[in-house]
Amino acid sequence: MEKIAFERPFIKKLSAGMPSKFGMKTEIKPVTHIDDVAVEELIQKYGSPLFVISEKTMRETYQEAYRAFSTRYPKVQFAWSYKTNYLDAVCRVFHQEGSWAEVVSGFEFDKALANGIPGNKILFNGPDKPEEYLKKAIEQKAYIHIDHFDELYTLKQLAATLKTRPRVAIRVNMDVGIYPKWDRFGFNYENGEAWDALNRIMISESFELEGLHAHIGTYMMTTEAYGIAAAKLADLATGLERKYGHVIKYIDMGGGFASKNTLKGAYLPGTDTAPSFDEYAEAITSALINSGIKPENLPMLILETGRALIDDAGYLLGTVIANKRLSSGYRSTIVDVGVNLLFTSFWYEHQISPARPTTQHTEETAVFGPLCMNIDVIRESMVFPLLKTGDRFVISRIGAYNMTQWMQFITLRPNVVMIDPESKVHLIREKESLETIRQQERIPGHLQAKKQ
Amino acid sequence: MSLRKNIAVSDSGFVFDPSSGESYSLNPIGTEIVKLLQQGRSNEDIIRDLTGKYDVDDATLERYYYDFIGMLKQFNLLENGE
Amino acid sequence: MSKIKLKLAATGLNNTDNPGPGVPVIRSIRESGTFSMEVVGLAYETLEPGIYMPGITDRTYMIPYPSDGVEALLERLEYIQSKEKIDVLIPNFDAELYTFMKSSDRLEKMGVRTFLPTLSQLEERHKSNLPRFGKKYDVLVPKSKDILSYQDIEKLREEFEYPLMVKGKFYDAYLAYNEEQVRMHYNKISAKWGLPVIIQEFIRGTEVNVVALGDGTGQTVGAVPMRKQYITDKGKAWGGITLDDPAMMELTRHIISKTHWRGGMELELIKTTRNELYVIEINPRIPAWVYLAVGAGQNLPEALVKLALGMEVKPFRRYDVGKMFVRYSYDMIVDLPRFEQLSTLGEVEPEKSFKSI
Ligand SMILES: Cc1ncc(COP(=O)(O)O)c(C=O)c1O
Repeated sequence: MEKIAFERPFIKKLSAGMPSKFGMKTEIKPVTHIDDVAVEELIQKYGSPLFVISEKTMRETYQEAYRAFSTRYPKVQFAWSYKTNYLDAVCRVFHQEGSWAEVVSGFEFDKALANGIPGNKILFNGPDKPEEYLKKAIEQKAYIHIDHFDELYTLKQLAATLKTRPRVAIRVNMDVGIYPKWDRFGFNYENGEAWDALNRIMISESFELEGLHAHIGTYMMTTEAYGIAAAKLADLATGLERKYGHVIKYIDMGGGFASKNTLKGAYLPGTDTAPSFDEYAEAITSALINSGIKPENLPMLILETGRALIDDAGYLLGTVIANKRLSSGYRSTIVDVGVNLLFTSFWYEHQISPARPTTQHTEETAVFGPLCMNIDVIRESMVFPLLKTGDRFVISRIGAYNMTQWMQFITLRPNVVMIDPESKVHLIREKESLETIRQQERIPGHLQAKKQ
Repeated sequence: MSLRKNIAVSDSGFVFDPSSGESYSLNPIGTEIVKLLQQGRSNEDIIRDLTGKYDVDDATLERYYYDFIGMLKQFNLLENGE
Repeated sequence: MSKIKLKLAATGLNNTDNPGPGVPVIRSIRESGTFSMEVVGLAYETLEPGIYMPGITDRTYMIPYPSDGVEALLERLEYIQSKEKIDVLIPNFDAELYTFMKSSDRLEKMGVRTFLPTLSQLEERHKSNLPRFGKKYDVLVPKSKDILSYQDIEKLREEFEYPLMVKGKFYDAYLAYNEEQVRMHYNKISAKWGLPVIIQEFIRGTEVNVVALGDGTGQTVGAVPMRKQYITDKGKAWGGITLDDPAMMELTRHIISKTHWRGGMELELIKTTRNELYVIEINPRIPAWVYLAVGAGQNLPEALVKLALGMEVKPFRRYDVGKMFVRYSYDMIVDLPRFEQLSTLGEVEPEKSFKSI
């Protein structure tokens, strides 16, 4: 006799105030395959946990974003924001699609050069640009986005010694009607500091003033804020046109578009509320086109979109370690993915799906990582199907910031694979070993003597 | 081990506890177990029945079975003293 | 003239002490001279009274919460539509409106029509955006501010005077006399409705309300002003009376014509001792006390259904002043199997008639 598939027996108290999942045919959809490759097969071959990146999704997302802007505006350029995910394979996909590089440290600058990006396609951002790298950036003809007056004067001196005019833009911060205001980077618009900085740059004649830059924040849910920001940058550009007859080459709107992840504390899911690329593009391009900038002088529009381009392409696969009742009777599921790998679980209610079909029966569950730390919580509470020890699951939309902000803490970082558009799997970052970690360490002589 | 006498269980997996006024819902295998408990069958007996019927190894079934019994206890649906 | 057959779906069957508008909306349309109706109830919770009340719904289905997203909702509605042929759907909760608006095109393809405000209308009148709304349309609004953390609460002292109002994104409003109370309400509200929590200047005066319907071109189809005569501790009207107040009517028409409001609307206003009218909230749907408007001569829910069906609607010219409503509660006897059926199968038919012993 054929045996029936087993599911954990389960009882749930019915209460009027709770979502009644029972009797409703909404099942939690499994994610059994990523780009036609079976999840189980991936884990068998590369271990658990495992980061997976879909090259197909990356390219499709990029092309969608590019289409949204380029159909509305004549000159559009994306610059891949390295900090979002600087695995070389990831960067190279975006570079192949036509992206420049946006970097915020010497390390990222070198990484971009090593990926074959010439200096004149690198945007150098951030408050910390060591002199050695400013020099390198000037020599490589990179675009240096000045963050503060001290940097402006350092650059001026370097320009004099190197006898070249650095190509610069200034970063502008401003009130775009959102909270919290990001006012610690760049020069303020409202109090006239930005205009002051532009004047000093123009008058000193030590620089090539190429552009204006703003990055108003990350995970911005309103497109309106971008419209305001674009209008304010355009206003500065018009001022330069009028006062100096100087035409800037580009306006860089930074990153910050929301991905479809759901923020903690949000009532509606991110899949419903995140604006589309078209909506962002409409806000930004119409503000620029309707601005006072002369049509023949419309600058190139640069976007440093990070999160929204890569989040959807990243998956984290894992395995259930145990199920456990808390003292209250509340269920908890312990999994082999912790906050050390999934940094974004501090902000997002990540979507976790079983890797195999389950019935519609679900239970409220806390999902804990494997670290021996109370903060290791992947989800405080989610409606989850009844998974058993050894069952696989897939966390979706984790491509942004995790593979850069992960920590080597208690455990080692696992393999990262990329699935190419032909569904071939490539290892793009090998898992760490004890040796990887130890080779950086040095043991002082007096601790080396072997104990008997 | 048996279910408290006045507890009503329907085939659709709806459980009503008249002493507390609470209602519960069971998944199909949960319904099956509760019905067997209602007949006064022992845990060992029930587990044997289920391993014959479901595609599951003894250890796994036993673990989840007793977790389920724990939930029934937590909800105070079992006879006292067991 | 024979009546037009109509299958209506409605949410908000929670006719509790914090009532949803579903039951009064259905009741109003049932009394219509134009339509003969069958009603499909859509419920989020198993104890919403409208599910069990005879003469309100003909059958009720459970639907997923808005927080489950558009896809989950549409999937469920597709299933429901395969069994019922719904012509018009009226969502009645603030918290679900966004989800229904996002779904409206696909609902239309399924043959389900709605008559909802646009997303930008919804967004613009949002509590957090009220100050901007006031400036843009030249109406008086209280000062307000979004807060996202405890630190923001400490800083309120610099900008607001106590008492002040603490409000949730969709529902809930509490008066707070000090920081401690703000913190308490903040915790409660943010747990339920998420962030931000909205702080509003407290305007002293009498609370008055208007129910209105805009046809989307700027025309006011109907509007009835009311003062709450008895308010529950949840701030809900338990009794109210229609007013003759040209200033309120003027303000309503002004807002509808400037915003081109589409669909039902409730204006919550405070009339100060100096006879200024402050807009406290604009609810993007018909309120639970709409039956008073019907009683006063304006069947606004029926008019809304006509607009959804693309029928011609003539604006209402008058309403009875001094009409009152008094709300009451009434206990129904419900048999357990109905609750069981709803809990396990997700759909149920109501009692045939009210039971008594
Ligand atoms: C200057 C700059 N540009 C771009 C980005 C990328 O932002 P996002 O991932 O939100 O698109 C960041 C991120 O913080 C940034 O600081």
